[in-house]
Amino acid sequence: MCETGKLLRNEFIGELVKKMGNERKSLLPILQEIQKKYHYIDEHSQQVVADLLNIHPVEVNSVISFYAFLYDAPRGRNIVRVCKNIVCEFHGSKGIAKALSDELGIEFDQTTEDGRVTLEYANCFGMCDKSPSILINDKIHEKVSKETALKLIRELK
Amino acid sequence: MEKELRSPVAQRPMNVEDPVSKTGIGAQISVELNGVKLKVDMGKSILDVCRDNNVYIPTLCYHEDLCIAGNCRMCMVEVEGMRTLQAACAFPITSPIKIKTFSDKVRKARKHTADLLLSEHYGECYSCVRNNNCELQTIARECGVDSYEFGHVCEPRFEIDSSSHAVIRDMDKCILCRRCVRTCIDLQEVGVLEAINRGYDTKISTFMDKPLADVICINCGQCINRCPTGALHANDPSDEIWKAIEDPTKHVVMQTAPSPRAAIGEEFGLPAGTSMTGQLNTAIKRMGFDMVFDTNFTADLTIMEEGTELLNRLKKALVDKDENVKLPQFTSCSPGWVKFIEHFYPEKLDYLSTAKSPQQMFGAVIKTFYAKEAGIDPKDIVTVALMPCAAKKFECNRPEMNSSGYKDVDYGLTTREMAKMIREAGLKLPDLPKTNFDEPFGDASGAGLIFGATGGVMEAALRTVYELVTGRPVPFEGLNIDVCRGMKGIKEAKVKLENCKDEFSYLEGVELKFIVAHGTANANHVMKMLIKGELEGYHFVEIMACPGGCIGGGGQPIPTSELIRKLRAKAIYAEESTMPVRKSHENPRIKFIYNNFLTDGPGGKLSHELLHTEYVKRGKYIE
Ligand code: SF4
Ligand code: SF4
Ligand code: SF4
Ligand code: FES
Repeated sequence: MCETGKLLRNEFIGELVKKMGNERKSLLPILQEIQKKYHYIDEHSQQVVADLLNIHPVEVNSVISFYAFLYDAPRGRNIVRVCKNIVCEFHGSKGIAKALSDELGIEFDQTTEDGRVTLEYANCFGMCDKSPSILINDKIHEKVSKETALKLIRELK
Repeated sequence: MEKELRSPVAQRPMNVEDPVSKTGIGAQISVELNGVKLKVDMGKSILDVCRDNNVYIPTLCYHEDLCIAGNCRMCMVEVEGMRTLQAACAFPITSPIKIKTFSDKVRKARKHTADLLLSEHYGECYSCVRNNNCELQTIARECGVDSYEFGHVCEPRFEIDSSSHAVIRDMDKCILCRRCVRTCIDLQEVGVLEAINRGYDTKISTFMDKPLADVICINCGQCINRCPTGALHANDPSDEIWKAIEDPTKHVVMQTAPSPRAAIGEEFGLPAGTSMTGQLNTAIKRMGFDMVFDTNFTADLTIMEEGTELLNRLKKALVDKDENVKLPQFTSCSPGWVKFIEHFYPEKLDYLSTAKSPQQMFGAVIKTFYAKEAGIDPKDIVTVALMPCAAKKFECNRPEMNSSGYKDVDYGLTTREMAKMIREAGLKLPDLPKTNFDEPFGDASGAGLIFGATGGVMEAALRTVYELVTGRPVPFEGLNIDVCRGMKGIKEAKVKLENCKDEFSYLEGVELKFIVAHGTANANHVMKMLIKGELEGYHFVEIMACPGGCIGGGGQPIPTSELIRKLRAKAIYAEESTMPVRKSHENPRIKFIYNNFLTDGPGGKLSHELLHTEYVKRGKYIE
């Protein structure tokens, strides 16, 4: 990462820590904010967070790796998650998954070349009564069909 | 001066406060252990009660130096009335209970646990460093594992990380007990290792899964000593050493540090604290090493150099009123500690003595002074250092350590690797006769010997500095400076300098204050005190990276515990008390080398070239 990038992150994280406190319990909210802004938590940011919270970088890394919604490597601008729980599967999530993957030309856990979309599986959204459901960024879409799913994907910037 | 724990509450050891009276109401609880009625102290864990009563419980994640983790479930026992089995290590007794440690249910569960661990354990005992000293292997035997009930992996899942000079990580043998994690984070406060991912994908990893050589590992090897399996082991140079021994053109010289001789007996079945100095010398010579020297000689040299440096700093501070001189002076003989301060407090490196460690001093002396005396071309000399330490392997490979014009120390060998070589040579160490160290360095002083235990450098330095300044021996009974000894994390003491010699009149009435700390967690605490300005008025700080000092080093025989470390230290102090020369400056060979080789005296020009070094400002950020 270039020096300017590092400085920007230092400043941003410094502000976050000031706002949320430098205790261990602030770790998750801080990581979420960083991810919101930069789409992933890069190595440098992890070390800055560790430094400011007086923990070790590897602990920050461990927390990130534990949570499926936190990333330590670049991802697409939009993240599309398809539920792979059995209830969604009964209602056709496999077909949706295949349609999305064909449309975008990528497998799951991959990102389109232009960085527009990353496809992922998720284990359960707790939306079984409205399955099949998919999660696009922060928004859940219930009872989607193949067609609506494709439409939603095409609209993503 | 107790250090505050930085680990989260959940990871701290359980502490149930001691009752006001040990015999009063509520202080003692009646329990039934396998049908035997007992009274036990409130809050004791089931595991401790079992151990006190000679009931054996298998454990894996439990280690007495570390906080309770309770994650391996090997120690399960039945507590009457409870639906599930309980982890003995993590069950404090607070009410009367009935415990069964080998009921049918327990035995079956234990065997299953062992089988499950083995189902993911890739490795074959006969090609493993821990063969015959592996806790997993022992448990498999003790739990009666006779087949792989849940299968067994046949393909490795991970690549072996051998990037580090000190520690090799073979994660296929890892059982995820997280002892290494707790060692590195809590005991050493370095924080290199942690578990990443979840569930089946969990593994022990470095920051961003980088090679160990690229992260801030200080090479202390403490994680190796606490790993129950062969997943962590030291980088073993013994093949190359054997090759050098076989090579007729090479003159192979061994230097042995004080701590291995107090511990190597354990590798041959002797109780901890059996000194093997003479036998070890014989073994080394019989194995084909050309010379065996005592690292204590350069420990004495270190005292001369470091002591002189301290006096110089004191003079600059007190007489010249030089504001740039840094006090207290920190010792620099523990390479783990040196790397720790380079990473975590690079702006404080000026406080570190510039003197090299005894190992590196000896390397430089052997390839210059000794080479000349013996008439051997230094390029044909191979120097091996037998050390209790994993960090010494890194130290001898530091690029700046070539002041003789060659690599000063070619190989750092740990106590465990030495024992392996002795076994390869078919020697029975305990049965060997004793021999002395070789000339021209001969037997060193006792001051060098006690370097092995925490507080030893301080004690040795005081004996010399006090006498240099006042002309009298230190005012302690039998030269034993007891305040320096013992296993307290941070020790503190002072001596008043009175009736000083004329040239040291500026020290008249000065109270010399010093601190001794061992384990980098304690060192970290001392550094924080330094930053807060709490070390104002202190003059000298001894730091050893490993708990207990070198006797508890990362290259020492496994297992380790506080008791074992104490016994090893006891062996060293006992041997020391009988030595004829017990002060570094009185060692006749030290006088000889300053008269004939380092003729401009301690801290002189040649000393600076050969015996002193510089440090690298590493910082804790990695690219
Ligand atoms: S780690 Fe233990 S059980 Fe595994 S191969 Fe080595 S000796 Fe055998
Ligand atoms: S050698 Fe020391 S610093 Fe390195 S990983 Fe092991 S315990 Fe941590
Ligand atoms: S490397 Fe060793 S100490 Fe660390 S978790 Fe694995 S088995 Fe336990
Ligand atoms: S030793 Fe008790 S759970 Fe591991």
